[in-house]
Amino acid sequence: MIDSATLWTVIIALGVGSFLLRFTFLGFVGDRPLPAWLLRHLRYTAVAILPALVAPLVVYSGEGGSTDVTRVAAALVTLGVGMWTRNVFAAIGAGAATLFGLVYLL
Amino acid sequence: MPITTTKSAFWTGVRDGAPFIFVAGPFALLFGVLATEAGLNVFEVMTFSLVVIAGAAQFTALQVMENEAPTIVVILSALAVNLRVAMYSAALTPYLGRAPLWQRVFAAYLLVDQSYALSHAKFEAEPELTVSQRMAYYFGTCLLVMIVWFGMSYLGAAVGTQLPQDLPLDFALPIAFLSMVAPMVRTLPHLIAAVVAVVVGLLAVPVPYSLGLIIAGAAGMMAGAQAEVMLERRRGA
Repeated sequence: MIDSATLWTVIIALGVGSFLLRFTFLGFVGDRPLPAWLLRHLRYTAVAILPALVAPLVVYSGEGGSTDVTRVAAALVTLGVGMWTRNVFAAIGAGAATLFGLVYLL
Repeated sequence: MPITTTKSAFWTGVRDGAPFIFVAGPFALLFGVLATEAGLNVFEVMTFSLVVIAGAAQFTALQVMENEAPTIVVILSALAVNLRVAMYSAALTPYLGRAPLWQRVFAAYLLVDQSYALSHAKFEAEPELTVSQRMAYYFGTCLLVMIVWFGMSYLGAAVGTQLPQDLPLDFALPIAFLSMVAPMVRTLPHLIAAVVAVVVGLLAVPVPYSLGLIIAGAAGMMAGAQAEVMLERRRGA
């Protein structure tokens, strides 16, 4: 359970922080060009942080931190279909179908 | 159809943005459902979606909060996921930077994957657009996506408590994230960034306060940037 004070601190801080991330360049920097190294790192934020977040959730997906085969299979199918079709829905659909299928079969 | 007035620019944006309701809608719905499962009430879910408007960051915050990480780590992790909007902001600045401040404030608030991707492509393809036509197009792309974002967040929060208990919802979030990230892996440096982040992320699980995520994310970003530089150098040589 998430306590209310933590939740509201997170909501407000994230709101302010996200706005500042969005506004910094558009609002403060104006037309000045950005250093190439900074843009180069920003390009890889999503492809680095999301997999880093997901990997432990997949590998330790079972009871008490064990590995759950159905969940690993669903993750691999989602990833494979997503990379192959480049389509978010195809990936979600295939992953969810694999998970539901295996959960009810096994 | 060529854009001739500010008004037609707005409606062109609305039309171009329409297909993206099918991307934003399901994620908003899922956020509403998972947030409700985590114990948030409808008011909290709606405020969250209204204030932050960033699916991936909201999911991250939810997940890290459930791991009982310190508040500052929750905030930093979610902001790290959202760093890409700073890149979007930078990329749009040459096109929108001369608009009035109040418009830029609203534009910043509404800056999401969809509004960035559509607008940046449009502004590049049609450099003759005036600043006010660009702003109108940009706000047009946001209109339907935002309505759907808030509406579906609400629907998710409203139905979240009524879903059957035995649905494997614990794994909806990893699947949502994987489906978002898989199509983004388009180049070798992207792949290297992702693989390094996964390996470091797994090794860093024992790091206290859920800081492993930030360490792994930073390692992946550096690996991707470094791979890009090395590939460029090899191509140049």
